Amino acid sequence: MRSEPIPRPFALLAVLAAALFLLPLAGLLVRFPWAEAVGALTSPEILTAAGLSLVTSLSATALSILLGVPLAMVYARAQFPGLRVVRALTTLPMVLPPVVGGVALLVAFGRRGIVGQFLDSSFGIRIPFTTTAAVLAATFVAMPFLVLTVEAGLRSMDRRYEEAARSLGAGRWMVFRRVTLPLVAPSLYAGAVLCWARALGEFGATITFAGNVPGSTQTLPLAVYLALETRPEAAIALSLVLLLLSLVVLVALRDRYLPTS
Amino acid sequence: MLLAALLVFASCGGGLPQSSTSDSTAPPSGTITVFAASSLTDAFRRVGDQLTSRYPGAHISFNFGSSSTLATQIVNGAPADVFASADDVNMRKVTAAGLVDGSATVFATNRLQIAVAPGNPKGIASLADLARRDLVVVLAAPSVPAGTYALEALDKAGVTLVPASQELDVRAVLNKVALGEADAGIVYVTDVMSAARRVTGVDIPEGQQVVARYPVATLRDSRNQRLSSLFVRFLLGPDGQRVLDSLGFARP
Repeated sequence: MRSEPIPRPFALLAVLAAALFLLPLAGLLVRFPWAEAVGALTSPEILTAAGLSLVTSLSATALSILLGVPLAMVYARAQFPGLRVVRALTTLPMVLPPVVGGVALLVAFGRRGIVGQFLDSSFGIRIPFTTTAAVLAATFVAMPFLVLTVEAGLRSMDRRYEEAARSLGAGRWMVFRRVTLPLVAPSLYAGAVLCWARALGEFGATITFAGNVPGSTQTLPLAVYLALETRPEAAIALSLVLLLLSLVVLVALRDRYLPTS
Repeated sequence: MLLAALLVFASCGGGLPQSSTSDSTAPPSGTITVFAASSLTDAFRRVGDQLTSRYPGAHISFNFGSSSTLATQIVNGAPADVFASADDVNMRKVTAAGLVDGSATVFATNRLQIAVAPGNPKGIASLADLARRDLVVVLAAPSVPAGTYALEALDKAGVTLVPASQELDVRAVLNKVALGEADAGIVYVTDVMSAARRVTGVDIPEGQQVVARYPVATLRDSRNQRLSSLFVRFLLGPDGQRVLDSLGFARP
């Protein structure tokens, strides 16, 4: 494949655009504290935060699949008044500042929240400051990524396979499990990875709704933020680790989420 | 024609403040950014308003956060003109980096108080009560001044407790109590005063108190030294001190 000529101003602006992303990465690499990195990355609080991040982000992804796939199905196939409004409202977290999401979660599930009040008085369940809160916050901000990706997959799939299966006597559940699910599997996979990556990076809603509790809500992004003030070298080392992890996600999704043809 | 007139007007307006900065008798003008501990939010907004209403050409913008975050930002090159910290430790970080112009001056002190729900429904009377198992207690993280002070006070009182959360700054602690998510939090007296309708303060006796000292300094890299030092002088002068008094700060 031969390179096509690019107008000079465009080439210049494109270089600037690329520099915006590459310079911070270069900064992390240049300042990477090789000597202290191992110690910083294996310190007990960082390992605890990493383990917790893994648990909360995977739980959020599982919850998003469980609840998000049915929601995507409704969005792709159902029709009822108000559907578009509901769809818009449930995708809001993608553009909402996460802190605002955290405040909204507090007002709903906090101790005085419209649902939280009832949970506390009837069952003695308090969500804020618990790992459940961290999972809920991550799910809140990350699930829309899965829903939209799966919905797009459902809309673009060939419905005739489902009709054929149905005409051969398969029940609804059988059709879903044996025909629909395999057909949207690439979208589900891409959506789940995006959702997981977003959940892993979640900060604003978590700190607002779940607080900062080492061992139960202090995830890696919170640990990085706090480390920056006391142990900057640990923050840089961690940042690079999270960045490499994100890079792996992008490479894994390269073909599925961003088709090259 | 109209456009030309507007352009001339605009260029005059833009040119005026610049020429006045070099003239020491003209009123101060331009913009400065003040980095201040989050417990100073109300006090500094008010001081800023008073200063800018006296000198309409001056603009003051603020960056409030935990002193440790602000110190980190300044050391990493954030464009700050003035830094006011809630403790000496974080001011020293900035001084050690050679970024302070002259030296820092302590302009106020603050004391700790226990913030509880309005009317104190849980009957919290002392630091020792915070160890009660039926209470949700939040503190500031140990890396921010309010968190360190809270731990010192608890230590003096001989109380050990596991906070429900370690918030990123003292205002976050106050908000968790004000929102009803926490039953109690250790904050500054001034924080309780600023949220008088949303929380009640429980006093901490003298023997368990920790006094927070607030140093302020102009920064060497400030682009507007004149307005920066005016802000600090105003803060240390009678007008600034009156505002600080009215909000519950004590004099150093």
